[in-house]
Amino acid sequence: MSGPSDFQPTNPALRWIERRLPIFGLVHSSFVAYPTPRNLNYWWTFGAILSMMLAVQILTGVILAMHYTPHADLAFRSVELIVRDVNYGWLLRNMHACGASMFFFAVYIHMFRGLYYGSYKEPREVLWILGVIIYLLMMATGFMGYVLPWGQMSFWGATVITNLFSAVPYFGESIVTLLWGGYAVGNPTLNRFFSLHYLLPFVIAGVVVLHVWALHVAGQNNPAGVEAKTEKDTVAFTPYATIKDLFGVSCFLIFYSWFIFYMPNYLGDAENYVPANPGVTPAHIVPEWYYLPFYAILRSIPNKLAGVIAMFSAIIILCFLPWLDSAKTRSSKYRPLAKQFFWMFVVVCVLLGYLGAQPPEGIYVIAGRILTVCYFAYFLIVLPLLSRIETPRPVPNSIADDVLAKTGSKAAPMVSTVIAIMVAGGLLVGGAQSAKAEGGEVAPPAQKWSFSGPFGTFDRGAVQRGLQVYKEVCATCHSLSFVAFRNLADPGGPGYSTAQAAAFASEYKIKDGPNDQGEMFERPGRPADYFPSPFPNEQAARAANGGAAPPDLSLITKARSYKRGFPWFIIDFFTQYQEQGPDYVSAILQGFEEKPPAGVTIPEGSYYNTYFPGHAIKMPKPLSDGQVAYTDGSPTTVAQYAHDVTTFLMWTAEPHMEARKRLGLQVFVFLILFSILMYFTKKKVWANAH
Amino acid sequence: MTTASSADHPTRRDFLYVATGAAAAVGVAATVWPLIDQMNPDAATIAAGAPIEVDLTPIAEGQDIKVFWRGKPIYISHRTKKQIDEARSVPLSSLPDPQTDEARVKSGHDQWLVVIGICTHLGCIPIAHEGNYDGFFCPCHGSQYDTSGRIRQGPAPANLAVPPYQFVSDTKIQIG
Repeated sequence: MSGPSDFQPTNPALRWIERRLPIFGLVHSSFVAYPTPRNLNYWWTFGAILSMMLAVQILTGVILAMHYTPHADLAFRSVELIVRDVNYGWLLRNMHACGASMFFFAVYIHMFRGLYYGSYKEPREVLWILGVIIYLLMMATGFMGYVLPWGQMSFWGATVITNLFSAVPYFGESIVTLLWGGYAVGNPTLNRFFSLHYLLPFVIAGVVVLHVWALHVAGQNNPAGVEAKTEKDTVAFTPYATIKDLFGVSCFLIFYSWFIFYMPNYLGDAENYVPANPGVTPAHIVPEWYYLPFYAILRSIPNKLAGVIAMFSAIIILCFLPWLDSAKTRSSKYRPLAKQFFWMFVVVCVLLGYLGAQPPEGIYVIAGRILTVCYFAYFLIVLPLLSRIETPRPVPNSIADDVLAKTGSKAAPMVSTVIAIMVAGGLLVGGAQSAKAEGGEVAPPAQKWSFSGPFGTFDRGAVQRGLQVYKEVCATCHSLSFVAFRNLADPGGPGYSTAQAAAFASEYKIKDGPNDQGEMFERPGRPADYFPSPFPNEQAARAANGGAAPPDLSLITKARSYKRGFPWFIIDFFTQYQEQGPDYVSAILQGFEEKPPAGVTIPEGSYYNTYFPGHAIKMPKPLSDGQVAYTDGSPTTVAQYAHDVTTFLMWTAEPHMEARKRLGLQVFVFLILFSILMYFTKKKVWANAH
Repeated sequence: MTTASSADHPTRRDFLYVATGAAAAVGVAATVWPLIDQMNPDAATIAAGAPIEVDLTPIAEGQDIKVFWRGKPIYISHRTKKQIDEARSVPLSSLPDPQTDEARVKSGHDQWLVVIGICTHLGCIPIAHEGNYDGFFCPCHGSQYDTSGRIRQGPAPANLAVPPYQFVSDTKIQIG
């Protein structure tokens, strides 16, 4: 892409093609001989990481589409069946869901890198704007992808985001109806979102081609921010940049795998494991983490239209960055003031993200407004002003000089970073403490689970006893509709044999039909059948239970959670703590009190539970000591029952957990060894360049 | 790069490159497998393909029924004496895919023919009781099968396949 290439293949067959379609020359000049600045640091590998993530998302996405059903009644179940039944379906789904987060994580680093080193400045304005377009397309794609599992957050996210367009004067309602294809978010909405979610990644890929083209016309920016002048300033793309990029990619894969194999639900919302219900909005609705800063800006403005405008402006303003910042010096390395403000801006964005996840009340609203002002002030006041008043430090004459003078002051950026992080940390702690003071809910006590941690496995005895508790107690009211009898013999489960599972199934009566006479009939269960539901439909369940339908239990340990708050959610990432759901379920089962505490009244037909949000639960105390007769001598106490049935329900929610953690260990060992090899290979290759 | 130092340790450098390349190849191969294996039938599909039982009592002599097993149509024919005799009087040498009728039914249950109703040519479903051999006729490309489901005429290369089945009792079979 940098002019006609003089590359000629030696093989005559390839030469024959090359004369008619100069594709080898194009590849050679763009990705082999293409000169890259020799002083690029590892922040520049994120371009390659993003290319890889786009490829991973398209590949896993096309595969998931082979198994997914875009229908309002079937979508949620089809996603669960992918995870449970498709070979490696759990892996592909985790790769795709966590992949979206990794894609955004990488794009944010890529964007902040561009911001810091002035990569948007002349002659790279079009390159930068193409990047902003890619980012906008990514946001649209990510949003529509999040709708597809058709859980509660999918449905209500779709409702809230499409309603943004209703703020448009005069045409708002018509636009929203057009987006929905109905009177509300429903099956037509899901169908078109699926179609567009499949289309947009290929549009992104197309714009990426333009982005790379523009990059190869202008040449890469570099940490020194001076253009390459002589051959001494550059190295060939291959092998130097490719090997460095591949090393960056392999390190990034380690980070990515941490989520895929050990924390697949860390970045998701438990509420999305509850099937979409158009009648109930979740108490606390939040978008995915990568939209949070913009969501915070939206909520900071008390006017609907103004809020929507502010939110979109926060992204669109990036397009004008090349003209808002007219400073001649590109790299913030040589701009003492711009550098400080850059780090402050990073902190503002992180804090806005934090606020976006908090309830819109009290101090959070005020903080959100202040930070929204800061966000826009950075672009509209700070950058234009700095480009006029700031005196930059002298830039090196050439990239080669920059490489030779690598002994520069490294302390200065470190100091400002540390200060910025401390300020951010202080604010977060302050915010978290005020949140705690407002709350007053009792967090479920953390319990010891056999399945926690990177080597966790299910305690077979507990799963078997939990199945007994479910069958004898819970099954009276709660369905378990994602679990089939055959699953009882699956590896990593309760550990029954196929014959035992078949015998267990045959004790159930399953409705089947119609037969040749057109009538429904009952027959004994087979391994392929699913646990039958205690009620024929939701209305019957509701009517029999005082108006509250008992939820399906298949996913309950993943569909329930409680707020961990700062700094726990960060610590959890490292300790792999993800047992909020089991802790909560177990606590609910043990949290019943005969009488509510003095001064608390609960409605008629409800029961007091210490750990239930609001404390008034419709379910009566389900378990009491000695209720279920264990045959293996385990204590027949409520605590033991709760522990066992929760272990069982963790298995029903995540039947391939053991396979996931086992494969995770293998992948980690491989990736760490591979990254070490890559590191030395990279060093060896670059030894020639120095 | 033929400096003294690199010439001194050519094997160490090569070893590093080969090791890294080999590790990358292993990683790619291991990654590709799940992407391919996901196309195989999923666990629910396999479980739904469990054996089925079919009651033969309602099928009168000379009649046949079609049941589905693993998504395939299975013809169960209650053959008449004439049909059995026809099938057994054909010289094997005249058959494109020689097989005795006895080998295609369960002994003691000679009147029952159980075949997968999928033409061995290109997968269409042949029509029962049609064609020149009182057996099956495939409307797609004109293959004709006899009363034992053996190919007699037309482009199909082989006889209609016999699915795995057994008699649970005199009037009940289990397919699969």
